Amino acid sequence: MKVGRVAAVLIPPILFGVLFIAGWQLLVRGADISQFVLPAPSDIWSSAIDQHSGIFADARYTGLNALVGLALGTVVGVLLAAVAARLPIFGGIVTPLVAGLAAIPIVALAPLLTDMYSVTSSLPRRLVVAVAAFVPVFINTLRGLSRLSPVHRELMQSYAASGTAVLRTIRIPGAMPHFFTGLRIASSLAVITAVVSEYFGGESVGLGSRITDSVGQSDYPAAWATVLGAVVLGLIFYVIALLLERAVLGRRATAAL
Amino acid sequence: MSQETTTSEAPPPAVELSGVHKTFALRRGSVVALEGIDLMIGRGEFVSLIGPSGCGKSTLLRVIGDLLPPTGGEVLVNGKSARRARLDQDYGFAFQQAGLLDWRTVQANVELPLELHGVDRGKRQRRADELLQLVGLSDFAKQRPPQLSGGMQQRVAIARALAESPALLLMDEPFGALDEMTREHMQTELVRIAGETGAAVVFVTHSIPEAVFLSNRVVVMSPRPGRITEIVPVDLGERTDDTREAPQFYAAITQVREALRGRAVDATDDVVAGIERAQGAL
Repeated sequence: MKVGRVAAVLIPPILFGVLFIAGWQLLVRGADISQFVLPAPSDIWSSAIDQHSGIFADARYTGLNALVGLALGTVVGVLLAAVAARLPIFGGIVTPLVAGLAAIPIVALAPLLTDMYSVTSSLPRRLVVAVAAFVPVFINTLRGLSRLSPVHRELMQSYAASGTAVLRTIRIPGAMPHFFTGLRIASSLAVITAVVSEYFGGESVGLGSRITDSVGQSDYPAAWATVLGAVVLGLIFYVIALLLERAVLGRRATAAL
Repeated sequence: MSQETTTSEAPPPAVELSGVHKTFALRRGSVVALEGIDLMIGRGEFVSLIGPSGCGKSTLLRVIGDLLPPTGGEVLVNGKSARRARLDQDYGFAFQQAGLLDWRTVQANVELPLELHGVDRGKRQRRADELLQLVGLSDFAKQRPPQLSGGMQQRVAIARALAESPALLLMDEPFGALDEMTREHMQTELVRIAGETGAAVVFVTHSIPEAVFLSNRVVVMSPRPGRITEIVPVDLGERTDDTREAPQFYAAITQVREALRGRAVDATDDVVAGIERAQGAL
């Protein structure tokens, strides 16, 4: 029964993936498309096998940047959301600033930060990740913390409960699903940002640098193989965030894969 | 209804209202929600407030519970100011929505007020066990509210309201969202629970049969401004399922209906109803 359900969920996307890659392979070989336009999956795969130790090392570097930035952005996002929920005036000042921050593209911020620090420092890349991760965590957590239904408000008033008690017993537990939604978005965003931040100078390590280097050497299968590595890294981050959510919320977790 | 006769020896009545007045300020002008409310509710007495939308019955309940301040008059609960009584947890409140915390078990929901007031773990558990037994939900202690039916959720909310053994239970249409069969069952249960705990109950409702079945007295209110038009005493003896078919039951229903009809209802009454909703949504 359970096996059947899992199979029903897994088989369609797997089947689609296999057909997609097979079609891609046939298209490239059949139409004789040149490698710099679109390499065949078989070429990408053999390049990935060839360079797996290099891709793996770069993925570790990029992954560490993403992780450090994600942690920093999450901590700051939660703290500021808590202050904003407690002090509406502060929330009124900070929320538009965050909206402005969210509108800054990573591509605009990365070269500026890179130039502020020495070339070998990973700090600017991590800071860019932190900025990107901060936004969804802050917005979602604040929304969760600000939500108090009229019946809960009156109930807590009838208990003569303090603001801190309301925060502890209702607002924080009530905000958890919102926080995890923010964290899930931020986790994917962190990897994307970490990769993209390497496109703009700085030390030549990481998946982003490897992609630009491979393109520079016209080694397109290698560039695509590195993109594959970035996809896997992003999925790992997302799934860990999802599992964390499931572990903490249990049955309350509603998000689907 | 004045109560100068209260002596220092006898325990004070559950609720004493004299000249209670409540005005809501609007952007332009104001609306009088309650005017000249005098009412005394004895210990262990079951009193329903009934009236059309906008008659201020929910406002009155919130004034008694110190969730809304009156603009005039005096409110005493257990012989204390309404504020003192709220701080001392002299009453339990049950709302139209059960308002349970979905992430807590049924038992932890019942324990919530005790937990907030620093009662230790062992005592909390024992009290929750008693209360869940009282409302017939012992088998569901470890479940979470979303797994329960609407009627069961309301019973948890009632158990929670009784956690501090209050002398007074304030109920704002707690069965309003339930289907008719569940509703009648809950009414029978509530009469039993109120009898067993000895708590006085102030019960706001739209339903005439509900008010009559539950109450010792039915307070009929009229809108614009909200005031008490008539108090109908009900004497049905011990309530059973047969009570609903007794001639006295129908006689009391007719009496309340005529008291309600004494006032014409028009659309502007919805102004106060709207304000009451807005107040609730703040």
